[in-house]
Amino acid sequence: MIAAVIHPHGPYVNFAALSPIEALIGGSVLVLLLGLAGSRFAREQLVPALTLVSLAATIGLTLWQWHDHASAVSGALAIDSLSLVLTLIFAAAGIAATLLSWRALAPRESAHGDYHALLLGSIAGMVVLVSAQNLVTLFIGIELLSIPLYVLCATEMRRAGSLESGLKYLIIGSVGSATLVYGLALLYGATGHTDFSQIATAITHGRHSDTLLLTGIALVVVGLCFKASIAPFHQWTPDVYEGAPTPVTAFMAVATKAAAFGVLLRVLDVMLIAERSNWQPVIAALAAITIIVGNVGALGQASLKRMLAYSSVAQAGYILAGVAIATQLGARAVLFYLVVYLLMNVAAFAVIIARERETPYGDDIDAVAGIGTERPWLAWPLTIAMLSLAGVPATAGFMGKFFLIDALVHANYTWLAIVLVVGSMISLAYYLRVIGAVWMRQAPGPSVLARGAMPVIAGGAPEADGGGIDLELTIVAVVFAAATIVFGIVPQPLFDLAHHAASTVAGAL
Amino acid sequence: MLSILIWLPAAAALLGTLIPHKRAAGAFALAGSLGALGLAISLIAGYNGHSGQLSHVTNVVWIRSLGIHYSLGVDGLSLFLVAMTTFAFALAITAANIRSWPTPRVFYLLFALAESAVLGAFLAQDLALFVAFFDLMLIPFYLLLGIWGGPNRVAATLKLVIYTFVGSLLMLAGAIALAVLTAKHTGHPLSFALSTLAASPLHKGTQEWIFLLFAAAFLVKMPAFPFHGWMPDAYREMPVEVLAVFSGVLSKVGAYGFLRIVLPTMPAASVHFQMLLLLIGLASVLYGSVMAFTQTNARLIAGYSSVAQLGFITIGIFAFAPQGAQGAVLQMVNHGIVVAPLFLIIGLLAARAGGSDDIREMGGIAMRAPILATFFLIVAFATLAMPGSGNFVGEFLILLGVFQTKMVISIIAFAGVVMASVYALRVFIRTMHNRTGPVVRSREMRWQEGLALVPFLAAIGLFAFYPQLQLQRSEKAVTAAIRHEQVLTTTHFAAAKTTTVADR
Repeated sequence: MIAAVIHPHGPYVNFAALSPIEALIGGSVLVLLLGLAGSRFAREQLVPALTLVSLAATIGLTLWQWHDHASAVSGALAIDSLSLVLTLIFAAAGIAATLLSWRALAPRESAHGDYHALLLGSIAGMVVLVSAQNLVTLFIGIELLSIPLYVLCATEMRRAGSLESGLKYLIIGSVGSATLVYGLALLYGATGHTDFSQIATAITHGRHSDTLLLTGIALVVVGLCFKASIAPFHQWTPDVYEGAPTPVTAFMAVATKAAAFGVLLRVLDVMLIAERSNWQPVIAALAAITIIVGNVGALGQASLKRMLAYSSVAQAGYILAGVAIATQLGARAVLFYLVVYLLMNVAAFAVIIARERETPYGDDIDAVAGIGTERPWLAWPLTIAMLSLAGVPATAGFMGKFFLIDALVHANYTWLAIVLVVGSMISLAYYLRVIGAVWMRQAPGPSVLARGAMPVIAGGAPEADGGGIDLELTIVAVVFAAATIVFGIVPQPLFDLAHHAASTVAGAL
Repeated sequence: MLSILIWLPAAAALLGTLIPHKRAAGAFALAGSLGALGLAISLIAGYNGHSGQLSHVTNVVWIRSLGIHYSLGVDGLSLFLVAMTTFAFALAITAANIRSWPTPRVFYLLFALAESAVLGAFLAQDLALFVAFFDLMLIPFYLLLGIWGGPNRVAATLKLVIYTFVGSLLMLAGAIALAVLTAKHTGHPLSFALSTLAASPLHKGTQEWIFLLFAAAFLVKMPAFPFHGWMPDAYREMPVEVLAVFSGVLSKVGAYGFLRIVLPTMPAASVHFQMLLLLIGLASVLYGSVMAFTQTNARLIAGYSSVAQLGFITIGIFAFAPQGAQGAVLQMVNHGIVVAPLFLIIGLLAARAGGSDDIREMGGIAMRAPILATFFLIVAFATLAMPGSGNFVGEFLILLGVFQTKMVISIIAFAGVVMASVYALRVFIRTMHNRTGPVVRSREMRWQEGLALVPFLAAIGLFAFYPQLQLQRSEKAVTAAIRHEQVLTTTHFAAAKTTTVADR
């Protein structure tokens, strides 16, 4: 409203502040056009390369905007430190996903141009979502994020599982969106505003604990919980993760989660901070349920992707605990954990993809059995990723959990910290099962190597490098695993980043 | 200097993995561990026991946002434990070099990493750093057991990891709670420094639940009686060279944790749970001794005897008397230098009995292998705390300490001393004398094997004749560790007396 008074002659658009989004949308259009080219080289090599360029440009522009906090489009979007840091996470996830799908089946079956354009579009949606400053932009962001993902899940078009995954995600996602939009409508009805800051003001001025408002909050939270796969709204996660092409799963697991928690921070810890006393117990209880459900569900999963899906549910519970306490420290812990979560999950998924292409076992745990001697360059990243997910010292995952527990105890939520610890204990059983398979089992049969690579002769030099594995997969796995270790030992840069990002979550005390 | 001590083994082994030669990994790991041993000896030589202060302090901010410091220091409490660690690892790596291992680079890298982590745990002066090292040392052992262990290694690994990690995570929660609540209580910024935490203890009720979290971690690690479920399987399957350090060194970290962390920072809770811990210690002594007497697997006999010994150490610590704590610290070192060669010898014996650890299949080796038999006899005598051995001094001090505060406990615990002689001699007789086992091929040990054992015997001899070497240096620090508890228990008695007087 205030913005409208100052600029009565139409919306004010700050193009410089919007430049990361512009890079993504522009890249998306260019990639789509280039995908129409006749040459195979252009489609299969130039399209991913252009995607990478677009993402790199996004990162560059994000860094360019680093200290200029601006509100763009008449206050509908806030390009502030929170959205900038999250943009970096999305772009990093996008780069990883592009590299992981470079020689994958999915883009070949759909079309390279479409696949990458959708990927970039989804990232643009994430950026819009976490920058949103009013209810309408929030909804636009979440749809722009989701619709490309529904399609991406179904891009392995000759596999029934992939189509099923896409359809399931579409249906569940639509239910979530519908719930969300209904909740947004009620919020507007209760407060008379769509702008986050004005809703916050309305709540503090008399609208506190209004029934309409509370119903609206509940529906919004449920809608966002679908996206963040918070139990009991997580049922779709294992099926969709398992069915989707693995690079897409990797992308969904890390980027969608970061976007969902980014917006949860904005909605709960900023806009609805004054309603804290009403939503806090519920969110804390949801976090506890999610931690337990995710960790118990992951036990005994033979499919690595299903296992990681349940593990992502559990990790979502940990992160939600940081949101629930609604403190500055909690917001920092959430952002720290989101970065850590990106690193360790991408490393794990890269290894799974490499083994999917190499063995006939798909994503079954057998696929990684015995790679300790056979494929050390894959075995170590997977081991590090699993240790980090379990929260072992000297990995970033340990620091993340440490920070979360610290924030929880600080906010007098010690019981939730204990639940988190209990959840981590359960999680050891399934993470260590993977490490056990990597190092302590023999491969169930000779590896079937893709693309005529040299078979590893039994007893031959086992530590020779992974011939036959696509190089970019090994690079992604090693780089992200190395980052996991580095940030486990020198976490201060990440702390500073999280501090910077959380500084905009000013409502949280 | 302490940083070099900690990281030298890992760095050397890492260097060794880069050299393409087959034996390079083992040689580099050995060199690294010998270097660490040299540093540890120079620490002892340069240590001034009269101040009782930390020396060689390193204190750098590690993670500013969480108030975690990379803070190291050595005092009389940790000095000899550090020396014992480097000593046992150096010799175990020597012994490991005699055999050839599949994928030796990973093996030695993990072995050396384990040494670095254990040293870090002994030297850390920041609670968060201690927790990190404490958890970190499990990973190499997990992989060492899981990759190079015996046929049932996978199940054993799972048990080991679940038990110890559950303990570790409880401790992690306890550590963070302790630091955060202390910071809230005092109004100072968050700090994990042990000195800060000890300076302002929390309320008794808060201390109590945090105490239980820590105690769980430490008692599992030891292992003490009801928490030892992982021990039999893990001991049966672990390669003996690894087992020697695992049993000799890792179990001490738990006992050390009580002295270093729990007693100074949670005095009220320690006094509150004194009887519980004494009873756990006593149960460990009796249960361990009885089990050691009934087992036929030589590794398990040694394993259960460790349970009993650690029970003694727990009793010594929770006696809250200077002699008891001194005896406990001495006994930690003694047990390390006795049980490590014991496992190495069991490995040699098993090699002569067709690979079986069962004492019924051993026997009659002494005639053909007199040197091995002599070595074993010395180690066995030290295990049963023969007067004249360092263990005798340690156990005597422990019992003396308990006798002053809790007489009944000391009398029952004495039964453990008697039983130790029974089981130790039983193993010796069954393996060395008796009829020759069906598949036993007696032969003397090789000189390389002797090389790994002789220094242990020398150390046993040193501590038998001159335990003051350690006792003098550790006195100040150990007394300081139980200072609060002593005060609390005596005032408690005094208060009890005054109330009884008042009642009259």
